[in-house]
Amino acid sequence: MTDTPLLEISDLNVRFDGERTVHAINGLNLSLGQGEMLGLLGESGSGKSVTLKALLRLLPPKRTQIDGSIRVNGADIMTLSGRRLSSYRGGEVSMVFQEPALALDPVYTIGDQIAETVMRHRGIGRKAAMEVALDMLMKVRIPSPERRLKNYPHEMSGGMRQRAMIALALSCRPKLLLADEPTTALDATVQIQILLLLRELQREFGMGIIFVTHDIGVAVEISERVAIMYAGNIVEEGSTRDIIRDARHPYTRGLLSANLHNVAKGTRLEAIAGAPPSLETEPVTCQFAPRCPNALPACEKGLPPFFVPGPGRRVACLLENGATAD
Amino acid sequence: MSETDTLRDNRDRGGPAQPLVLAQNLTKHFPIRSGLLNRQTATVHAVDGVSFAVHKGETLGIVGESGCGKSTTARLLIGLIELDDGTIVFDGDALGSAISLRDMRKSVQMVFQDSYASLNPRLTIEETIAFGPKVQGLADPLGRARDLLGKVGLDPNRFAHRYPHELSGGQRQRVNIARALAMSPRLVILDEAVSALDKSVEAQVLNLLCDLKDEFGLTYVFISHDLNVVRFISDRVLVMYLGEVVEVGPVEAIYGKQAHPYTASLFSAMPSMDPDNRTMEPPLSGDPPNPVNPPSGCRFHTRCRFAEDVCSGAKPALATFGNHPDHLAACHMHDPASGHSLAGAEASA
Repeated sequence: MTDTPLLEISDLNVRFDGERTVHAINGLNLSLGQGEMLGLLGESGSGKSVTLKALLRLLPPKRTQIDGSIRVNGADIMTLSGRRLSSYRGGEVSMVFQEPALALDPVYTIGDQIAETVMRHRGIGRKAAMEVALDMLMKVRIPSPERRLKNYPHEMSGGMRQRAMIALALSCRPKLLLADEPTTALDATVQIQILLLLRELQREFGMGIIFVTHDIGVAVEISERVAIMYAGNIVEEGSTRDIIRDARHPYTRGLLSANLHNVAKGTRLEAIAGAPPSLETEPVTCQFAPRCPNALPACEKGLPPFFVPGPGRRVACLLENGATAD
Repeated sequence: MSETDTLRDNRDRGGPAQPLVLAQNLTKHFPIRSGLLNRQTATVHAVDGVSFAVHKGETLGIVGESGCGKSTTARLLIGLIELDDGTIVFDGDALGSAISLRDMRKSVQMVFQDSYASLNPRLTIEETIAFGPKVQGLADPLGRARDLLGKVGLDPNRFAHRYPHELSGGQRQRVNIARALAMSPRLVILDEAVSALDKSVEAQVLNLLCDLKDEFGLTYVFISHDLNVVRFISDRVLVMYLGEVVEVGPVEAIYGKQAHPYTASLFSAMPSMDPDNRTMEPPLSGDPPNPVNPPSGCRFHTRCRFAEDVCSGAKPALATFGNHPDHLAACHMHDPASGHSLAGAEASA
């Protein structure tokens, strides 16, 4: 069991058809060990949320072309359907969304919503399920949980709602938790509380977490490993320490400087020029090359392969091949 | 734009020593009505006795959590909502008596967070930018619009005839900035203007804002929750909590040493950016309290580690802190006469 990776995504492609075609994910490979905490970092449109939704099979089937394979604990996810799919969702893998006010049902109390999930997945009675719900609210450190069990989502503050959302997601003890920007809508003082809570719960429950964020500071605070996405694929991956100390991909370096950590007043920011590509056609060259300050002629000729600059790292950039522009 | 320069010289009345905006005791309470008779049942203390000055040519950053009144303060400054109490003096002219709101608005413009919602979807961006100058009867509004598009880094030949939905978020925010500049304002209020942008685009827009400030001699009030961005752009920082000012001072003084425990908590809530030195303890517990019934005395005492009886009993006044005469904080710990057990300890340290 321990040598099976918790999650193995290989060669995932996601294309949306409609008025205009969008190649959202292009040949993504990603794996996650049991109990590992991975930060998936990228800007809007880079495909991080689509990756999470593909994992839960939440993408609209009629308008989406998906190929590639996704395995969770060795089981193929792409072929699941019907009851097996619904017990996989929430049972084995569950998700925390950015806006808990939208993700929670406004007409049911928090207790009812958690209990419903528990009854459905574990097949236990309502009374026992309510006790699980109470226990979960205590686990996410909601003050006076007995009272909060009977609260509707609108009666809670933003931070409290996100705690309730986490309690709901973890109520069936999933092996893998997908967190889609869960702290982006919160104040910084509340954000840090939620990050510390997730870190504690991860240790307690031993689950794997993929934490999607656009904020490199948040990724550093929570994850052991970081993967940076750009234009539907990973451009760099490595331990958080390596990425912070020695980012190799020009895009990662641009993101790090755009974070403005300890930037003094009056300095000129090293902004990445331009904007991300629209992805209307399938990428055949390095998608970052048009914005890259160090682009080589070869960057416009084909997709860059992954280079391995160190253990546990990979970078999709031709500059790693010994060739340098400067 | 030499025309703008001469214009500005004419408009500058009090000279560099006179603050461009002097806000005194700004107060805004919103009533909450409910029930069958729609009676007022509670009051939101959105902004409560806020006073500050914005000096000519500086950038004043305003920070605080959601609900602290930073956006309400901005809207009061530009007259989008009416003051309950307090005065605004614009370059020596008191608003309402010496200068009308309509006249002041020519000199004060605002850029909002949601770049899409703040543009008219039925107007091309050229028409949007030209709208204000046209209404005010300025010469050649369309030419002015195209000129400004170039200044904010959008090629007028490519972009002038596009509609807002045809632009990316970063481009739309550039349009909003151009529209704000179309009236040749002296003060631009930026309310979370870069918060919705991706980090790489945010850096581009921040560079642009710095360039435009130099070129047009602008004064900014920059509202943000991102302390890194505020440090980069501001000369002075104002920290608000539940409708009140808790600390104000030069950016380096505050970033060097925070006088108010709330400011200190805000700073320690920032991600550390160091995987070997992560935050282990949340600096504050719980969410900010509701501004409907703000706590008595110092409004922060319910979340403050150093709170004592005096904190809930009496409201602390803004007083100087440390070596910098412009660094003010409202905390009993810095007032030796307050009776707080830690008072005076830091003054000697």
